[in-house]
Amino acid sequence: MTTETAGPFGASDSGPTSTGSRTTMILGVVTLVALGVLVLFGLILSPADENQGDAVRIMYVHVPSATLSYVGCFLTAIGSAVFLWRKSRWWDLVAYASAEVAALFTAFTLVTGMLWGRPTWGVFWVWDARLTSEAMLMLLLLGYLAVRGIAADYGVRAKRAAIVGLLLVPNVFIVRQSVQWWRTLHQTPTLSLSGAEIQGLMLFSLFTGFIAITLSFIWMVIHRFRVAWLEEQVDAEGLDTAIAERRAEGVVS
Amino acid sequence: MLHDAWLIARKDLKLEIRSRVALNQVVPFALLVLVLFAFALDPDRGLLEKATPGLYWIAVLFSGLLAMQRSFAVEAADGVTDALRLSGLAPAGIYLGKTLSVAVQLLVLEVLLGVGVAVLYGTSMTGWLLLLATIVVATAAISTAGTLFGVVAAGLRVRETLLPLLLLPVLAPVLIGATRAFEAALSGTPSEGWPWVGLMSVFAAVYVVAGIFGFGPLMEES
Repeated sequence: MTTETAGPFGASDSGPTSTGSRTTMILGVVTLVALGVLVLFGLILSPADENQGDAVRIMYVHVPSATLSYVGCFLTAIGSAVFLWRKSRWWDLVAYASAEVAALFTAFTLVTGMLWGRPTWGVFWVWDARLTSEAMLMLLLLGYLAVRGIAADYGVRAKRAAIVGLLLVPNVFIVRQSVQWWRTLHQTPTLSLSGAEIQGLMLFSLFTGFIAITLSFIWMVIHRFRVAWLEEQVDAEGLDTAIAERRAEGVVS
Repeated sequence: MLHDAWLIARKDLKLEIRSRVALNQVVPFALLVLVLFAFALDPDRGLLEKATPGLYWIAVLFSGLLAMQRSFAVEAADGVTDALRLSGLAPAGIYLGKTLSVAVQLLVLEVLLGVGVAVLYGTSMTGWLLLLATIVVATAAISTAGTLFGVVAAGLRVRETLLPLLLLPVLAPVLIGATRAFEAALSGTPSEGWPWVGLMSVFAAVYVVAGIFGFGPLMEES
């Protein structure tokens, strides 16, 4: 047994005891309000675009979630780095939680992008540099989550996942660079997602989108982290109880 | 460290020469992939020749995966991993040695596949300097990343399925770069290919550093 599994929750590692708290409840309410404002401005108050029509409304959630999928990726790399450096379970689970939420946001970005592309470009998918690198990001994150899912000791799994998580950022950079060259060397320049200059109510809707989606991201990462933390704790407790029971059996017979 | 690397590489290559698994199974598999491409794409319409760079590198990646999986499968049996750890060799040396032996196997595969596409697909080879540079740099990139992710997947029950999932997305830039560089060389415009060689060099450098520092923690417990 490794040192990490022997003393699962040392004094330096204290964590949440439930999935909710007063602060995050307020955060959740604020997030819901922000989403409500986004719906109001994005779907009702802001005008349709001259070229894209009503499809432009998808952008108010699509662009922020694309940005946050990369933020989640960075957070995973940071969590992995601190875990490797300080051996802190807390940071390991931060990396895990943000990777999972990042994967969700990446999937959401891809789906909304396709829904936008169909009426605007006439097809669900084009081999555009941004689309392709977002899809590659999804695959890289799925690889990371696959490592998180392996059946092995906590120490083994966490260490291997941390190495993969740490490499996410250089991988994302190199993939983006290569895909950009790939699409621009032989093809006409890529289609711009944001299109023409946006202003007025549309800009404000996009701004609201950034706030609402960022708040949702934060709320989800915090709660995913708490669930992961409590799961670990239940596992450790289960092991302790099992050992105690076996001991008790030995005394009786 | 370099001496340790040399010891490990020599051991692995000796194993491959004696067991002949690479020669009797991986090489025929690589050639089989080339033949399967011919079945999938009509060989009479010149598609094969036009798609040679892409098909060539896909064949290298797929058959290379087998070689990389073998590189850690030979360590899995009989507690060899523990023996390696107890041997006192520097982890970075073990990493570099494994990388070197995988790279040598890949180079042999690439030469054979190159002959294969020239003969079977009727591709005429031009731009030798760029072709050789691409092969050297792409081999370095594939083997450095492959060895690092190989040890991430090593010793797990799911290793056969995990390694391709982890490695192939990561190697996508290498596939793009090597294919474009080959295209540039074969179409007689080598100047377009050199930036790709640069990109793959950066890739290989990132993974050498990551492997040297990451291999220690990964070897500690598995």
